[in-house]
Amino acid sequence: MMSEIEISRRGVLAGSAAAAAIAAAPHVEAQPAKALPPATMPVSLTINGKRRDLTLDTRTTLLDTLREHLQLTGTKKGCDHGQCGACTVIVNGERINSCLSLAVQHQGDEVTTIEGLGTPDKLHPMQAAFVRHDGYQCGYCTPGQICSAIAVLDEIKRGDPSHVQADLTQRPQLTSLEMRERMSGNICRCGAYSNIAEAMADVAGVDVKEMEA
Amino acid sequence: MKPFTYERAKTPAEAAAAVARQPGAKFLAGGTNLLDLMKLEIETPRHLVDVQDLKLDRIEPTSDGGLRIGALVTNTKLAADTRVRRDYGVLTRAIVAGASGQLRNKATTAGNLLQRTRCPYFYDPNMPCNKRKPGSGCAAIGGYSRQLAVIGSSDHCIATYPGDMAVAMRVLDATVETVKADGTTRAIPIADFHRLPGDTPHLDNNLEAGELITAVTLPRPIGGTHHYEKVRDRASYAFALVSVAAIIQKDGSGRVAFGGVAHKPWRVEAADDVMTQGAAAVTAKAFADARPTDDNAFKIPLATRALAATIAEGRSA
Ligand SMILES: Cc1cc2nc3c(=O)[nH]c(=O)nc-3n(C[C@H](O)[C@H](O)[C@H](O)COP(=O)(O)OP(=O)(O)OC[C@H]3O[C@@H](n4cnc5c(N)ncnc54)[C@H](O)[C@@H]3O)c2cc1C
Ligand code: SF4
Ligand code: FES
Ligand code: FES
Repeated sequence: MMSEIEISRRGVLAGSAAAAAIAAAPHVEAQPAKALPPATMPVSLTINGKRRDLTLDTRTTLLDTLREHLQLTGTKKGCDHGQCGACTVIVNGERINSCLSLAVQHQGDEVTTIEGLGTPDKLHPMQAAFVRHDGYQCGYCTPGQICSAIAVLDEIKRGDPSHVQADLTQRPQLTSLEMRERMSGNICRCGAYSNIAEAMADVAGVDVKEMEA
Repeated sequence: MKPFTYERAKTPAEAAAAVARQPGAKFLAGGTNLLDLMKLEIETPRHLVDVQDLKLDRIEPTSDGGLRIGALVTNTKLAADTRVRRDYGVLTRAIVAGASGQLRNKATTAGNLLQRTRCPYFYDPNMPCNKRKPGSGCAAIGGYSRQLAVIGSSDHCIATYPGDMAVAMRVLDATVETVKADGTTRAIPIADFHRLPGDTPHLDNNLEAGELITAVTLPRPIGGTHHYEKVRDRASYAFALVSVAAIIQKDGSGRVAFGGVAHKPWRVEAADDVMTQGAAAVTAKAFADARPTDDNAFKIPLATRALAATIAEGRSA
């Protein structure tokens, strides 16, 4: 309803700079006053080792693709705005917020979700550590926490710097402070933070007590 | 979210022409700011030109001893680069003080420069906002303004530029390189890149429609100790109330830029000149023309203290 007014207002306000740039381009097309019908596009990506070919509304986020189109509901939607980390998945080896990424941006990418890390019979070491250390209460943030935790240990191993590092020219150390800072993009409403830190330390093979010292 | 069509451009010139040609088209890089705003229908592009295949993802030395950072280099990659960590530490420090690991993996150099304000009224489509809807008024003036600008603001807008990376680039005297739809290129000093709101707060920066950022260049390293002090409401994953990017030389001279205080990274050359006289002298010059609100007047003494802490750190380094 808003859109007609919105678009024509935008058209008017585009102003001289936009008009100049448009005039400089080879083809100027008249601007239709109506909102466009939803556009769809084919998208192929590999999820947990399996190739998936889909046709999606361009607006579909990677998160909604997983949850609504592929029934991979392990990945959670908390805020849908990059503010909580519940939707964290690993894409081409890097953790990202799947709520702030369109599926069409991930043509050909390799996505790993919580379902791809382990199975109930054969847990990923980080999943097992979360169970052992009670790294959750309600569990809603947990898939995102686990994907992030695995990526964080890789980032420290790779030597990526962090906000809490004293000397940027040195390699980061596996300390509790480092892990906590790097996990700040994953919020836990239940406040399971200290147990999450212990689970991570366990997987990293460092002594939690020594770390706290 | 409004419907939109999507394409991937292959070359920078093609991308610029594609955006200029189609009304309501926008570039899409990491998407971490644009998608957020599209979900709220604050941004309503009708066409997205994804720039991820433009091969602007390298960091290379320049002929005069500096670095050229491709527009698509991610925040994670830029912060981790050994040359940046060694010679431009303020830049690494500013980047890792921002957002979260997940966001920095997606955020690009160009997208980060162009992130929009976090003014709460800009984010609320029910409220008047001259930046979101020109001519509608400014709900922040007389409203809740704790996070907003103390200097360089106008009667039309008191928003801040929220980012961290650009504050470091300002203290480093970086240059933004672009290509326009007609294929011409230009180099914009970072000081002239972001705008003050004046009576056109809907314009954040001086890019033209369809103008694509291709790179940011850094001049040759200037030595000194590099600092980024960010003061915020929680220790991580929060925007700055005030931040200080500083490079301090052995003799106590140096340069400083402030974040979280204005519509652009805030640096005043006359303030740099008095660095040896201490933090209070510097902020007296840097904030001489400040017009804070009752809610955010605290930012000026906070900036002085953050700078004092930075100078002390520089001495002990
Ligand atoms: C929860 C949260 C917390 C955050 N905290 C911080 C923080 O503390 N500090 C901080 O600095 N930032 C913070 N950010 C912002 C984040 O840094 C930005 O979202 C990110 O840098 C944007 O980069 P992008 O590549 O994803 O941009 P996009 O979202 O893809 O694009 C942003 C804008 O830039 C335009 N654009 C992109 N590339 C180009 C190009 N090459 N040429 C011309 N135009 C282009 C797009 O059209 C769009 O208008 C936070 C974000 C979130 C969601
Ligand atoms: S300060 Fe600027 S962004 Fe915020 S409501 Fe006013 S006009 Fe909008
Ligand atoms: S759902 Fe993606 S960060 Fe909250
Ligand atoms: S376990 Fe409940 S939100 Fe983290």
